[in-house]
Amino acid sequence: MSEYKVLPGPEAYLPPSAASMGITLPDPGEALIEGRIVPEDEAIEYAARKLLSAKVPTIFPGPQVLWKWDEMAPKIAKALRELAVILPARLIPMADYRPKYPKIDPAVEINPNHPNLTIWHNKIDVCMFVGVHCHLSGMGLKMIRGGTDCYTIAMCLMAGHEDACISVRDTTDEKIRKLIDAVKKLKAQGVKSQALPFTQFKHDYKSVKE
Amino acid sequence: MNKKAAVGNKRIIASTHVKLGQKNKKGQTYTDPNRFFFETPGTANFLTGSEVIREAIKRASIDMSVAYPITPQSEAAALIGELYAEGYMGDYFRGESEFAVMSQCAGAAFGGARVFTTTAGPGTMRAFENFPMWAGARLPIQVCVTCRGINSPLSIQPDTLELYFLLETGMLIWHAETAQDLFDFILKGFVVAEQPDVHLPIAVCCDGFFVTHTKDTVMLPPDDVCLPPYDPYKSPVVCMDMECPPVRTMRDPFVMKSNYISYAAHATWQQEMRAACDRSRKHTISLLDGLIDAENTDREILIVASGTAVSQGREAIRLLEQEGVKVGLVKIKSLRPFPTQEVREATKNAKHIFVPEFNMAGWLAREVQAVIPDNHRVVAGPRVGGGMTLPSEVIVEEIKKRLGMKVATLASRGS
Repeated sequence: MSEYKVLPGPEAYLPPSAASMGITLPDPGEALIEGRIVPEDEAIEYAARKLLSAKVPTIFPGPQVLWKWDEMAPKIAKALRELAVILPARLIPMADYRPKYPKIDPAVEINPNHPNLTIWHNKIDVCMFVGVHCHLSGMGLKMIRGGTDCYTIAMCLMAGHEDACISVRDTTDEKIRKLIDAVKKLKAQGVKSQALPFTQFKHDYKSVKE
Repeated sequence: MNKKAAVGNKRIIASTHVKLGQKNKKGQTYTDPNRFFFETPGTANFLTGSEVIREAIKRASIDMSVAYPITPQSEAAALIGELYAEGYMGDYFRGESEFAVMSQCAGAAFGGARVFTTTAGPGTMRAFENFPMWAGARLPIQVCVTCRGINSPLSIQPDTLELYFLLETGMLIWHAETAQDLFDFILKGFVVAEQPDVHLPIAVCCDGFFVTHTKDTVMLPPDDVCLPPYDPYKSPVVCMDMECPPVRTMRDPFVMKSNYISYAAHATWQQEMRAACDRSRKHTISLLDGLIDAENTDREILIVASGTAVSQGREAIRLLEQEGVKVGLVKIKSLRPFPTQEVREATKNAKHIFVPEFNMAGWLAREVQAVIPDNHRVVAGPRVGGGMTLPSEVIVEEIKKRLGMKVATLASRGS
C-alpha cells in the first residue's frame, strides 16, 4: 500500500504526480480523500466541510461545464451557481486554456498553461475544479500542490484526479446537488461558513433556497 | 498502491456513447468489451501474424489507417487496405514517408478518429519525432511495431532495438509473444489507451517474421462483433483548437516565451503524461491478467524475457529440465508501464536471473536490474544482436556455463 498522502503544499517546485507514488483512481461509487479510497458520499461530505471551513473558497468551473457541449453541462453549471451562493464561494471561470501574452491577469483568471500561483494573492485556501479537462486539471492540481497551501477538490466528469486532495469521479448535476445538500445539512447542524465577505455576485440567485 | 488492481477482475469501463447492440454499416454488432473479450466464444484459425493483424482490425471499429511499405509490416498494411476496400473503415491511404504517416495519424486523432498504423525498424526511426508528440498531445493512436533490425549492416530480422528507443516516448508499450497475444493486445490496446484517465498512444509490438510471417493457431471471436467506436469527447485535452495546447504547440511552443513558472507548466505536462501511463496499470492488469505471466518463480534460476525470446526461453527450460535443471519463467507483457512491483515479487527467490534478448544493447536486462534489489543476480544475456533467431540452445548454454556445468560448443552447428 502506498503511504503517500495528497496533502496541501507547498510541497516542491515539481511535486511528484500522485499516480507515480502509487495512488490509483477510484472505481465508480468510490472517491479519494488525500490518496485514500473512500465511499463517494464520504468524500462529498468531507468536501462540504472543507469548503465551509475556508476563508476564500473558490470554484473553478472549466470549459466542460461552461459551454453547452452536451445536455449535462448546463445542468452542472446551474447546480454550481447554486452551490457558490449557498456556501458562499467565489467563482473564477476557466473558459479555455489559451495562452495569453504578454501575461494573464491572475486576479481574475486561472489557466494551467500560465500558472500564476499568486492567483488571488495566494489567499484561496480551498478550491474546487469542476469540468476542467483532465490533462489540464492534473497539471493545475500538481502546481497548486507544489507551490501553495491551497486545499484542492476535483469534481471530475471522467475518472477522477489523484492529484487533488479530494476527488469525485463521474460528476453529474446530481452529485453537485449532493454536495449542496451536504452543505445545507452541515449548516443546519450549526456549522458556519468561514468565508470572508466578498461582492462578486449578488446572493439572490432565484432557485436557491437555503 | 492505495488499492490493489486485482488480476482476474475482468471489468473494464467502456464508452457507451454509441448504443451497444447497434450494428455498423458492415452489419457488425457493437459489443461491450467485457462481453467481447471474456464471454464471446472463439474458434481456432491457422493464420500468420500479418493475417491476425487484419482480423483484429476488422473487429476494432477503427476510423482510418495510413500505410507505408517496410518489411516486415508491409503485408499487414496491405491487408488493412483490403479491409478498407471492403468498407471496414472510413479512410486508408499511403503516406509520403514514415514521418508523414505518423503525422497524418496525429491529424486524424486530433480530429477525433480511432487510428491504427503499422511500422518496423528503420521506418519507426524515420517517424520518430512523432511518437513523443503523440504522447504529449494525449492522442490514443495505436501503432503496431513489427520489430526488425535498425543498425548496419541492415537486417530484416528483429533485434527489438526500436522498442528500446520507444521506451521513453511516453507511449504505452506492450510486447506480444505469439500471434494470439498480438490479436488480443491490438484489441485490448485500444480499450486501455482510450480510457479517459489514460488516453495515450500505444505501441503493440511483436517480433517481425517470427510472429508476422509464421502461422499459428489463434482463437478468434466471430467477425460479426466489434468494439464500440472511440468517443473523442472523453479526451483529457480539448479537441482541435488552434489557439489552445496541445494543437497550438504544433505552431507555437508557448512555454518558451514565458517565465519561470511556465516552465512548471512544461514539466507538469510531462509528469501528467507519465502519470497517465501509470494509470493504465489497473486497466491493463484487469484486461491482460497482469502485466507479467509468471511460471515456477519459486525456482532459483529464472528467465525473464519479452516477445519471442519468451518462447525460446520456454524451449530452453524444456531442454534444461531433461538434464535435471529446473528453471522458472517471467514473461513481461507490458514494457510501459514497466511491471516494477510484479518483477520484484516474481524474482525475489531467484539466485540467477537470465534475460535473453535479440538485441546487442541488453536494454531489458538494464530495465530489470534497475528495479530489483541485489541486481548482481541479473545475467544480461544471452544476446544475439539481431539478424537471427535466439536459439534455445544458446540460452541453455548460458545457464549451464553460469552453473559451472559442462557445455558442448555451439560453434560447429550448421556445418
